[in-house]
Order: sequence, then C-alpha cells, then structure tokens
Amino acid sequence: MAIPAFGSAHGDEMLMPAKPAYIALSFFVAFMLNMLPLTGWVLMLRPDFVAVVLLYWAIQHPRTVGFAPAFFLGLAMDVADGSLFGQHALAYCVLMAAGMIWHRRISLFGLRGQMLHILGILLVAQLIVLAVRIAAGNAFPGWWYFLPSVSGSLLWPFVCHVVTLPLRPRVKTE
Amino acid sequence: MAPPGTRHVDPALMEYSPPPFFKRGPNLVTRLALFSLLSLVLLFADARFRYMEDIRGVVGAILYPLQELADTPAIIGQRVSQYFVLQSALQSENAALKQQAFVNAGLLQKQEALAAENENLRELLNLRPRFEPSAQVASILYTARDPFVRQVVVDKGATDGVRRGAPVIDTLGLVGQVHRVYPWASEVSLITDREQVIPVQVVRNGLRAVIFGLGYDGALEVRFMPVNADIEQGDLLVTSGIDGVYPAGLPVAFVDNIERNAAYPFARIMTRPASGVGSHRHVMVLESAGAYPERPVAPLQADRGRRRTN
Repeated sequence: MAIPAFGSAHGDEMLMPAKPAYIALSFFVAFMLNMLPLTGWVLMLRPDFVAVVLLYWAIQHPRTVGFAPAFFLGLAMDVADGSLFGQHALAYCVLMAAGMIWHRRISLFGLRGQMLHILGILLVAQLIVLAVRIAAGNAFPGWWYFLPSVSGSLLWPFVCHVVTLPLRPRVKTE
Repeated sequence: MAPPGTRHVDPALMEYSPPPFFKRGPNLVTRLALFSLLSLVLLFADARFRYMEDIRGVVGAILYPLQELADTPAIIGQRVSQYFVLQSALQSENAALKQQAFVNAGLLQKQEALAAENENLRELLNLRPRFEPSAQVASILYTARDPFVRQVVVDKGATDGVRRGAPVIDTLGLVGQVHRVYPWASEVSLITDREQVIPVQVVRNGLRAVIFGLGYDGALEVRFMPVNADIEQGDLLVTSGIDGVYPAGLPVAFVDNIERNAAYPFARIMTRPASGVGSHRHVMVLESAGAYPERPVAPLQADRGRRRTN
C-alpha cells in the first residue's frame, strides 16, 4: 500500500485493551462536539462526531461496545437535537451493526478504502433517518443534507489516530 | 470410547461458534433487529402520539449542564470580542440608541393615549378587552440541529413561565412560536418552518388571509387567495388575532410578488418575513393568549342534513 499506515487497521501492532472509562470519555467528547452551538453553513457541514466514534469502536475494536450504548447515545442525541425520539438511536444501531459485520473486511483496506466504506455506512444511516422523517411528514431539506456523511468520512483518519493514541503501549526507554 | 491420550471433540464444536465460556448472547442480527424495533416503536409513539414529551423533559434537564458547557467557548469568545471594542464605536452606538429612545418615547406617549381611548371605546361597545400580553426578553442560544425543521433554541424555559405555543417576536415582527419547553430553555419554531400556519390581515384594507411557511429562509406564501383579491406588492401583513395564539397586530411579512394566473383558482403570493428571523440575537417571548370562549358546536345530524340540501 502506498498510503502510510497512519491510524489504519492495526494488524501489525498490539494495542492495550480499552478501558470502559476511556470508551465513555471518547463518547462524551464526541457528544460535546455534536452539541457545539453552530449556525449557518458550519452547521450544515458539521459531521456527526458520535456516529464516527461509534464506527471507530465497532470496526477497530469490535465486541468492546455493544448496541446498548449506541442506542442510548442516540436517544440522548435526539433530545439534544430536538429531533424525533428514536431517530438517531435507529441510525446508530444500524451503523454499529454494519461496522461490526464488516470490521474484518474494512480493516483490510488502506485509509482511502476505509474512508469510502465509512462514507457508505454514514450515507445509509442518513438515508434511514431521511426515510423515517419523510414517513413522518417532513420534506427533503436539500442535497446539503448529505454533507455530514462526507465530512464524517473525511474525519475518519483523524478519529482513528486520536482515539488510538492512548491505546498504544508505551515503549520502555532503556 | 475415546482412546487414552486423545480428547474426544464433538464435531459440532469444531465449527466457528465460540466455546460456551465466551458466550456473547444472541447473535448480531437478532440484537440489531431488537434495537431497531425498539427505536421504531419509540419513533412511532413520538411522531403520532407525542407520548415522549415527559421523557424528553427529563433527559433535556440532565443534558442542560452539558449544553451550557458546550456553549462556553462561544460565550467566552463573544465576551472577549466585546471587551476589545473601540471607544468611538461605543460612543456612536450610544448616540444612536439615545436618539432612538427619544423617538420611541414620543411614539409611546401617543400609544398610551390611544390605548386608553381604545379601552374606553371597547367598554362603550361592550367588547371583550383587547389582549395585552406580557413579554420577557430571551436570547437565542443556537440554531436547532435537526435539518428537517426550522427552529432556534432560546434561554428561557418553564422555570421562567414560558408555555408551549407562546408567540415569539423581535423588534421588527413575529419570529415564531414556542414549540417545546424544557426547564431552562425552549425550542422556537420559526415562521418559515414548513408546518407554521398563521392567520394574517392586510393592514391597508383589513383583508384576512392565511400565511404558510415554506421550509426555507426568507420566504412565506399566502395561499388560498382568489386571483382578484385586493392585495398589492409591498402590503404589510400583520397577525389578525383570530386564532387565539398570536395577539393581533404583530407584523408578519411584506408582500414581495404576486402572480395572477387565470388558469389557477388562487393567486400565487410570495412574501418576505418582516422580522429578522435569522439575524437577531435577542427575542421576546410573549405570554400566550388567555382562555377563549368555547367554540359553538352544531349538532352533527342537523349539520349533515343542511349540507345535503345545499
């Protein structure tokens, strides 16, 4: 692979097991980033940090995070956003499942391939939300609605790098 | 009997299924189906019956400090930028405000006399007293993040006496309506939201109409007006007050253009909102109108019979 293994699948290195407190901290930070009071085009572009971090845990460390955290984070996000109760919960559960089912396949790819997969999964999650909202009587807001998926997949390398950093074993210096 | 030295292995265990001490519960698809079903039930209960408002209130109260924390960087940034304002800018702003206060005082004097006169006349004519709502200033915290609705979140909630359905205005006109109340914040649906419908009146001739939000910025549409309706470009539309939600006389929109096509039964009237819906930092939350007299109900049978004869 021409692309450096920056934050990609860590088949070649051993990571320390993630502590529940660390996982909770990563979700907390992502949630706070989602709650930033943004307006205008920044809000339109804003990736769903919680979705990307959930996908990180599902793909890079499958079996550490189950569906229940995704579900309850989704419900909290629904209240914070004032959207329909259960909309984010549904989307997050679907992305967790997609990530867990395909984690081996996705880890085989380089960073660019991974980003494409992430884009696909995020788009599917957004399409599910769109279908629910249209069924509930809302109109399609416009094509910018899908921008968070694009920015989310662009965010993937950074999330991989940053969240993996504390999990790397410290090298003993003699 | 297994020969000594070899362990009997059940062929079924040779499959990929994990040994029982790594039991992981039901498989992935089952769990996904379970959680999806649960969220679909919640979605249905919320969208159709609004059963979730209590849970929402509780979770919203728990999330409130987190929201405050998330707002802190923006607030600090604002304070810093306020601190580094030029003195000359402040002086000119102060002068402008003083002048405006002077003009407003003059208008207010006139208005007080008019209000007293109006009250007297209403008493003479035996009319219901005009509803004068009390107001409180709220500042806009942020735009709602749900892309399907047009809402802002303001910093006054149930503890400040904000009720669901209360109208929200700014210095120029109607901004929207309180949609959902949390203990310390509330969501305001803007008049441009697709589900907002407001009864209005043309100031020039008192013609009544209904105005609809379109779901995007800067435009509202007056629907169901006949092609020959007396409505002109530049007309100001104000709330008519007949719905019992909005007090009468709040500016809502200016008529932008009118397409009168005889092929359609109704004229296509596009308007632009009078208030600075997207540009203001502070709004006023009015008290929602008091109890209205009961709507008279005609007996069902008689109504049906009359319609048939028509």
